Amino acid sequence: MDALIDIRDVKLTYETKGGRLPVLDGVDMRVPEGGFVAVVGPSGCGKSTLTRLIAGLLEPNAGEVWLHGERVTGPKSSVGMAFQNPVLLEWRSVLRNVTLPLELVAPRMPKREKDERARQLLALVGLEGFEDKRPSELSGGMRQRASLCRSLVHKPEVLILDEPFGALDAFTREDLWQTMQKVKSEEPFTGVMITHDLRESIFLADEVIVMSGRPAVTQYTMEIPWKGERDLDRLYTPEAIEMLGELRHQIQIAQGRSPREAGV
Amino acid sequence: MNWRIFAPLIALVVFCLLWEALVWVNDWPNYKMASPSDLGPAFWKFRWLFLEYGWDTLWRTVAGLLLSVFVGLLLGMIMGLNRTMRDALYPLLVGFNAIPKATVVPIIALLFVGAHDMNTILIAFLISFFPIAVSVSIGLSTLEPEYRDILASLGASRFTIFWKIALPKTLPEFFGSLKVAVTLAFIGTNLMEIVEPHGRGLGHLFDSGKISADYPLMFAVLIALAALGILLYYVVVVLERTFAGWAERSPT
Ligand SMILES: Nc1ncnc2c1ncn2[C@@H]1O[C@H](COP(=O)(O)OP(=O)(O)OP(=O)(O)O)[C@@H](O)[C@H]1O
Ligand SMILES: [Mg+2]
Repeated sequence: MDALIDIRDVKLTYETKGGRLPVLDGVDMRVPEGGFVAVVGPSGCGKSTLTRLIAGLLEPNAGEVWLHGERVTGPKSSVGMAFQNPVLLEWRSVLRNVTLPLELVAPRMPKREKDERARQLLALVGLEGFEDKRPSELSGGMRQRASLCRSLVHKPEVLILDEPFGALDAFTREDLWQTMQKVKSEEPFTGVMITHDLRESIFLADEVIVMSGRPAVTQYTMEIPWKGERDLDRLYTPEAIEMLGELRHQIQIAQGRSPREAGV
Repeated sequence: MNWRIFAPLIALVVFCLLWEALVWVNDWPNYKMASPSDLGPAFWKFRWLFLEYGWDTLWRTVAGLLLSVFVGLLLGMIMGLNRTMRDALYPLLVGFNAIPKATVVPIIALLFVGAHDMNTILIAFLISFFPIAVSVSIGLSTLEPEYRDILASLGASRFTIFWKIALPKTLPEFFGSLKVAVTLAFIGTNLMEIVEPHGRGLGHLFDSGKISADYPLMFAVLIALAALGILLYYVVVVLERTFAGWAERSPT
């Protein structure tokens, strides 16, 4: 009832030239205010499709998506999105990339305030001093940080991340997990993050949802018993290893293979 | 000394010397091939015509080009943003572009007899809008969906997405095609000027040179055309640097 994101039995079929492609076949998900849910599942099962439904970029064929007690029928400015591809605009400085959403959401906000807000976020993710650089001058990890700032600049209620760290190397990724935790404690939001990395999912989320293969349903939900900020050592505790084992097992079921066949 | 200016100047001088030497060694008479030293007198003799006709050629080319940019952008937008329109218009455009423009010149010249300015501008336009339309449409239709989604997820209109993202992102392709278009438009202008009787422009001056067998004049016109072509091209380069300079990566 008091879930900020409430997805009820959502179904979606793409109509393509090759025919109908049922992608989501009854997905349920509830995220309380301030919660952070990670979604994992086999490749191509419809995770990105789910994010587009939450963002109001797509309408479900059946079922309902609610945000903050309001039925989603189209895009809303209370949503922020970031993707695996940081999609920074090369002709703008880093600062102007971050202020972009404000140009739409708060056109009358004085420029000075927009800049101040963007600078504050850039500093939070460790990009202080890079405001006037071009995106092409940043490393992959830095671009992703800037992209994260852009998705947060208008203080969205809901943050949707579609494999945000998927293209980064393992060390950069762990850096960004920690940045993400810092951001979460300073900037309140309710989040949904798609990921392929099980360790990332348990490290950052309060709850991990496993989607089945296409057409996808919510197959399994795991509560993460850790509260607040975590450090990387947590991932090497027996508790974590047990959770990862269970998630891996569920993914194998989702992929339609029995655990024994998969060699576990 | 700035090598970026100095080097092309040296190249130019060497080219003229070689040309002069070629004519001198073969002992070619003027009616076979003019040499650089004949050009000065030719330019001087017809200096007022060169200025007047050069201006005609220049403004007609620019007018045709502006028309091309307008129509090319419009067609490119229509085809780039709408799949059905792209499928419908593309074969038509390709077919049109395949027609050698030399065959269109007499048709246009007969269609609007005597309307020199309009005919010339029309040919310059017809010959040069195609690359602009194609590159803009490709630039727009290959925009990755995520670029759209950053603004679409905030409820931005299609126009806002076009204005803030799609259009600036297509600018490098647009300027690339403009460099091709500027050369084409220039060719178009001169084709028409050469063909039309009682016309004006450098093309007409070339034709007069041909009729009166004034070879140095003909060569002088060629040189004037080359100079104008370089001027136009570099104007586009400056515009490109100004508006799409971000696409040029500094070598690292
Ligand atoms: N706009 C579309 N039209 C038609 N089919 C689509 C469209 N978008 C996605 N699909 C198909 O729907 C299925 C689910 O796509 P989606 O991108 O949601 O999967 P995903 O779980 O995010 O995959 P990945 O893990 O590779 O990111 C895929 O088979 C894809 O080919
Ligand atoms: Mg995806």
